[in-house]
Amino acid sequence: MTRLTIPKTYKLYIGGAFPRSESGRSYEVLSAKGAFLANAAQASRKDARDAVVAARGAQSGWAGATAYNRGQVLYRIAELLDGRRAQFVEEISASEGVSAAAAGAQVDEAIDTWIWYAGWADKYAQVTGSGNPVAGPYFNISVPEPTGVVAIVAPQGGAGSTAGGSLLGLVAVVAPALVAGNTVVVIADQTRPLSAISLGEVLATSDVPGGVVNILTGSPAEIAPWLASHADVNALDLAGAEALEWVDLEISAADTLKRVLRPEPGVPERSLDRILAFVETKTVWHTKALI
Amino acid sequence: MAKEIANTTSFLEYAPAPESTSILHLKKSYGLFIDGEFVDGHGQSFSTISPATEKKIAEIASANTADVDTAVSAARRALDKTWSKMSGADRGKYLFRIARLVQERARELAVAESLDNGKPIKESRDVDVPLVAAWFFYYAGWADKLDYAGLGANPRSLGVAAQVIPWNFPLLMLAWKIAPALAAGNTVVLKPAETTPLSALLFAEILQQADLPPGVVNIVTGAGETGAALVRHPDVDKVAFTGSTGVGREIAKAIAGTGKKVTLELGGKAANIVFDDAPIDQAVEGIVNGIFFNQGHVCCAGSRLLVQENIHEEVVDRLKQRLSTLRLGDPLDKNTDIGAINSREQLERIRTLSDIGEAEGADRWTAPCVIPENGFWFAPTIFDNVETSSTIAREEIFGPVLSVLTFRTPAEAIAKANNTPYGLSAGIWSDKGSKILAVADKLRAGVIWANTFNRFDPASPFGGYKESGYGREGGRHGLAAYLKSAATQGAKK
Repeated sequence: MTRLTIPKTYKLYIGGAFPRSESGRSYEVLSAKGAFLANAAQASRKDARDAVVAARGAQSGWAGATAYNRGQVLYRIAELLDGRRAQFVEEISASEGVSAAAAGAQVDEAIDTWIWYAGWADKYAQVTGSGNPVAGPYFNISVPEPTGVVAIVAPQGGAGSTAGGSLLGLVAVVAPALVAGNTVVVIADQTRPLSAISLGEVLATSDVPGGVVNILTGSPAEIAPWLASHADVNALDLAGAEALEWVDLEISAADTLKRVLRPEPGVPERSLDRILAFVETKTVWHTKALI
Repeated sequence: MAKEIANTTSFLEYAPAPESTSILHLKKSYGLFIDGEFVDGHGQSFSTISPATEKKIAEIASANTADVDTAVSAARRALDKTWSKMSGADRGKYLFRIARLVQERARELAVAESLDNGKPIKESRDVDVPLVAAWFFYYAGWADKLDYAGLGANPRSLGVAAQVIPWNFPLLMLAWKIAPALAAGNTVVLKPAETTPLSALLFAEILQQADLPPGVVNIVTGAGETGAALVRHPDVDKVAFTGSTGVGREIAKAIAGTGKKVTLELGGKAANIVFDDAPIDQAVEGIVNGIFFNQGHVCCAGSRLLVQENIHEEVVDRLKQRLSTLRLGDPLDKNTDIGAINSREQLERIRTLSDIGEAEGADRWTAPCVIPENGFWFAPTIFDNVETSSTIAREEIFGPVLSVLTFRTPAEAIAKANNTPYGLSAGIWSDKGSKILAVADKLRAGVIWANTFNRFDPASPFGGYKESGYGREGGRHGLAAYLKSAATQGAKK
C-alpha cells in the first residue's frame, strides 16, 4: 500500500507570509518532461507593490542589525537549507529533469554560496572602506552602506536559456544583495519556481526578518516593469532579464536613478562585485581640535 | 555728526582691493582643443561674459556633432597609439607636471575663474585652484599603483571617457574628471559648461606646456547639444557627468543598453542639522559657509537648515547679524564674500523659487546690501518657518537662499533630513560625538560633515545616494570608477 502524497500549495512569499496572488491567478508548473507538478501563484502588479512595501518596511531593521548578526543569519539559512536537502533535490530533479546527483550538487553549491556570502557580512566594509588622509585637521572615513530596496530578476530557465540551476541561480543573486543590509524583491525562475518558494520556507524559519526577502512567482515580463519604475525601489538587478526588453527596464529605472546591474548569462559567480553593486559609499568628516 | 557716526559701520568699510586682470593674456577668441591643437569649431560660436559686468570676455567656438566625432576619434587614437602603451609611471609624471603648472599659474587661473564665473577671488584663489593642483598631484601618484585600486592585479582603463561638467566650479570639476581618468589610463573628451569655458581653455594651454601627447585630453566647448552628442557618441566607453538631476536622468536613459559605464554627480537639497548642544559660533559660521559659499551654487550646499526648536530664534538672529556683515560685489575684489550669480538664467530661477517661497507663506529676510547696477546679483536670503512640503524645502535653488525648519528630537531631525529624493550631503552640529555618529549613521547622504561643512579633498570620496546620482569622485573610489578588473575585460565592458 502506497500512502497518497500530499502535494504542497506553492504561494508567494511576501513580508514573511505566504499569500496567494491577490489577483487570484495561478499557472501550471510542468516537469522537464511536461508533466504537471504544481500550480504556482501568478504574481500581479499589486503583489509586486506589496512586496516593495514589505521590503521597505524591513530595510532599516536589517541594515541596522550588526554585521556579525547578518552574517549569522545568512549562515543559518545555509544550515536550514542543508537540513531540507532531500526536498530540494526532489524538486530540482523533477522540474529540471536532472539526476539526483546533479540536483544534489546544485543544492550543495547553493548552500556553499550562502556560507561564502555570510562570511563577507562583517568584512566587506573593511575591504572597501577607507580612512582618508585629507589635508586638514579632520577625521575622515568612507564606509559602504546598503543602497536600500533591490528588485531582482532571477536567472530564468526555459528554451535556449543558459540559466543553470533554478535554486542556485536564485541564491546567487539574492545572497549578495542581502549581505550589506539591502532588502530584496525577487522574481523567481518563471518555469521552475518550486525551489524558490521552498527557499522562502527556509528563509521564514531561519531568523531572516519578514520582508527582508520577498519572492514573487509569475511572469517577469509582466512584473519587472512595475518594479523597474517603482519610486521606492533603489536598485535593479537584471541578472535573468536577458530575454526581456531589458533596455526598456533600464530606461525606466533611470527615472529615479536606480542603480542597475545589466543581464548576466548563466548563474552569476560569487563575487565581491555583486555585493558592491548595491552599496553606497558614505564619507564622514569630523573636525579635530587644534591642541 | 553724532548720527553719522552711529550709522557708520566703519570697520566694515574697506577700500576696494581688486585683483588685477593684467595677469591674464587672453585671446579674443578660442577654438576647440582637439588632438593637442586649437582648431575651429563648426557650430555657432558664442560669447562668454563676466556675470559681474555683463561684458564680453572672449568669443568661444562651438562644437557640432562632427567636431565631437573628431574629438572622440582623436581620443581613441591617442588611447591606442600612446596612452595605453605608456607606463603608469610616465602617465603619473605628466600628471605631476600638470599639477605643478597649475600651481605656477595659480594666480592667473584664479583671476580667469572669478572673471568668467563670478565667484569671489578669495574662493577661486584659496579653494578652487589649490584643490585643482591637489587633485592632479593626488591622482598622479596613483598612475603606477593601479594594482592597489581594489580591482585585483592588472586592472585596465575603460577607454575613452566623455566628461561633461557644470559652471559652478569650472576648473575644479575639470580636475575631478580629468585627473583620475588619465591616472587610470583613459583618454578624455571634456565639455565645459557653456557659461564658463575660459579656465578649461587656459588649462588646454597648460596641457601644451606639459607636452601631454596630442589627443589624450580634448576639450570641446558648446551648449547642451554638444554635451548630448558627446555622451551619446558610440565610441565612448565611460560617461562622467556633474550637473542637474534632470540631465542626469537623460544621460542614464541615453546610455541604457550600451556598454558604457557612468558616474553621475547630480543635485542636492542638503540638511544642515544644528542641535542645541552645538558650538553656536562655529555653527553659525558653518551655516553661512554651507549655503553662501560660491553664492550657493553648490550641489552639496546646506540649503535646508534644521535647527533644534529651543535655539531656533537665537540661531536665526545670529545668522542675520552675520549675513549683514557679508560684502557682496566685484568678484575680483579680495574683500568680496558674495560674488555674482553665474548667469541671467540662473538668477531668474533663484528669483522665481524665492517668490514661490514667499507666496507659500515662509518668512523672507534679505541681507541689507547694495546691489551693483550691472551684472547678475542676489542678496543672501533666509526663509524662516519653512514647511517640509514647501517648494523651497524640496527643490534645489542653487543660489544664496537658506530655508529654515525646526525639529525637537534627533529622530525628527533624521526623518526631515531624509525626506527628499536627493542624498548628496548633510551637516551635523553638536558637541556630543556619540550623537553625531548615531545621526550620521542614519542620514541617507554620501557626504556628511560634522561640525564643518563644504570640505573637499582629493583623498576623500564624494558622491550621492538616491537621486543625487551614483559613483564616487575622489580617493581610491574615484580612481576605480575609471577602471575595470582584468577578469571583466572580455566580452562585457
